[in-house]
Amino acid sequence: MPNYQLDHLDHLEAEAVHILRETAAQFQNPALLFSGGKDSIVMAHLAAKAFWPAKIPFLLLHVDTGHNFQETLDYRDAFAEKLGARLVIGLVQDSIDKGRVKEEKGPYASRNKLQTVTLLDSIEEHKFDACLGGGRRDEEKARAKERFFSHRDEFGQWDPKNQRPELWNLFNGRYHPGEHFRVFPLSNFTEMDVWMYIQREKIELPSLYFSHEREVFERNGSLLAVSEFIPMLENEKPERKIVRFRTIGDITCTGAVASTASNLEEVIAEVAAARQTERGTRSDDKRSETAMEDRKREGYF
Amino acid sequence: MDLLRFATAGSVDDGKSTLIGRLLYDSKSIFEDQLLAMEESSRRRGDAVVNLALLTDGLKAEREQGITIDVAYRYFATPRRKFIIADTPGHIQYTRNMVTGASTADLAIILVDARKGVIEQTKRHAFVSNLLRIRHLVLAVNKMDLVDYSETVFNDIVSSFYDFASRLDDVADITPIPLSALNGDNVVEKSDKMPWYQGSSLLYHLETVYTGGTANHVDARFPVQWIIRPLSQEYHDFRGYAGRVAGGVFKPGDAVSVLPSGFSTKIKKIHLPGGKEIGEAFPPQSVVMTLEDEIDISRGDMIVKANNPPKSSQDVEAMVCWFSQKPMEQRGKYLLRQTSRETKAIVQELRYQVDIETLHKKEGVPVLGMNDIGRISLRTANPLFHDSYRRNRLTGSFILVDPGTHETVAAGMIV
Repeated sequence: MPNYQLDHLDHLEAEAVHILRETAAQFQNPALLFSGGKDSIVMAHLAAKAFWPAKIPFLLLHVDTGHNFQETLDYRDAFAEKLGARLVIGLVQDSIDKGRVKEEKGPYASRNKLQTVTLLDSIEEHKFDACLGGGRRDEEKARAKERFFSHRDEFGQWDPKNQRPELWNLFNGRYHPGEHFRVFPLSNFTEMDVWMYIQREKIELPSLYFSHEREVFERNGSLLAVSEFIPMLENEKPERKIVRFRTIGDITCTGAVASTASNLEEVIAEVAAARQTERGTRSDDKRSETAMEDRKREGYF
Repeated sequence: MDLLRFATAGSVDDGKSTLIGRLLYDSKSIFEDQLLAMEESSRRRGDAVVNLALLTDGLKAEREQGITIDVAYRYFATPRRKFIIADTPGHIQYTRNMVTGASTADLAIILVDARKGVIEQTKRHAFVSNLLRIRHLVLAVNKMDLVDYSETVFNDIVSSFYDFASRLDDVADITPIPLSALNGDNVVEKSDKMPWYQGSSLLYHLETVYTGGTANHVDARFPVQWIIRPLSQEYHDFRGYAGRVAGGVFKPGDAVSVLPSGFSTKIKKIHLPGGKEIGEAFPPQSVVMTLEDEIDISRGDMIVKANNPPKSSQDVEAMVCWFSQKPMEQRGKYLLRQTSRETKAIVQELRYQVDIETLHKKEGVPVLGMNDIGRISLRTANPLFHDSYRRNRLTGSFILVDPGTHETVAAGMIV
């Protein structure tokens, strides 16, 4: 007699698919936040599976800081086309041009925080009532408190002390006009689970995740890519190194790690042996002890 | 790899967050940058040792007050198993979080301070775990270092817990473990400070305990979540019913009936997400089914084996835990969600409230307040296709939603 036990990746997949279908069923106009990073790639892959043989019944939304790796943009466009999904792009530059946000100045300037305004504007413009995000609870201590269905008030704010309880398989996506939800189908995946799932499903990733030679410089213990978007300080020297990225976000706050891992097996071995969290290379989280919670309260991803 | 989901419950200062921090730390699931960040904030706060609780108490308010406010989910893996921890706050005003964390757990760790022994909170936690049908309990007697690792203290606590637990229903096993989360005694490694203790360390127990999961593999239940109609050239006539198996086992060729219409047909094919055909589907798989006949089916309907239907009724009896500051009132109207179904519901009668300390039933109580647990009778606008919660957690559970505020105000378990 079979024992009817699921492997943990099957379990996580079944859960994520359930959440994706529930999102389609409970909301009028959901969007899937797609950045071209591995988590949003896995989420979009799961969405394609969840609605097979139909197409994904919602739009992909990319909030574009304008400070991207070209590899990410190329990948994004090809991936959306392969899925047959419609992609809409919210430009941070537009928010700056309209005077909605003010660009940070100086060598540490980043558009990371500005994305929140562009995201909330895009949500309002397209009347999205749910945005699917690739956030995982193991990523960061404030994310560990997230719900699958996470309520946002009419200002896009998260109130972590007053969240709706989530029990069993039951999700409450009811909202008042102007409010919306963030939905996180990958909540229970860990970084390792994501990599193992990518391997099992043979999902193609942007080349940035694998070792390559790149001009980088060191700042605060991170390796940043030399690019027109980050002014280098006087004492900072560019050098060519063999690196790869553990997370991919805006170029100004995504650090590389020295690595020779050139394929999935090697990346997984490296993740298993890692003594730093993947967000350890993200300068956006280092701005304060509660940087993520502060941004999330305001409406960040 | 196998997956175990467990919940932890303890009062303020029982050292629950420290215990979880210790499990993560000793199983090497804490990273250097997290440790550095913790060391830095411990130093700033003036803590004498690295405060492992800072790892789980992620919200600003929690760190300021030194308490856990909300359920946090934590992950770690050993070569034997992957674990998902629902870390639930223990103090009284946040019981709703404990109910939430317990609803998806197979095992509960109930934490007791060795100096205080079994207190009202302990009983509340054991009762809630039991109410939510967690059949495997670990009684973790913490801070043994502060009672000189005394066997007598431990034995007294265990026996007073057993006294209370004898009144609980259908517990499969209770495993008492003496430990010190702060020093790591009996958490990952067996401690040499308590030679009188013959059992295993907490982690070893978690790695090896057999739970068999909580799913029902007997009564076939498939709540329809979403209808898939591609309307494409290639899949012109495809009409698939997507959902998550909530009970039993389904196979292609099975004779099924569809509720509420009662129409009978056969399963044509079953697909995993992405299309792979499978020979049987069981909980908690998400699948797509196609049927031999064209029947009108929508979200909220349930596909079941023709010879083993669930109960179908507009009147149900249930235990509820009340979450809202606005009390539950007799004749109160709510929206009820059960499986993929939503319907209006009215509270017909509050039969009794359970006194958590004595487990006595208090009758004649006018309202249920926040964190109260009681038995009610409900009438729904449309029939619910259900089993008792005892038989099936997924078809026997529901939530109540306030139609005005849209808050989730109660969790219910059908009797």
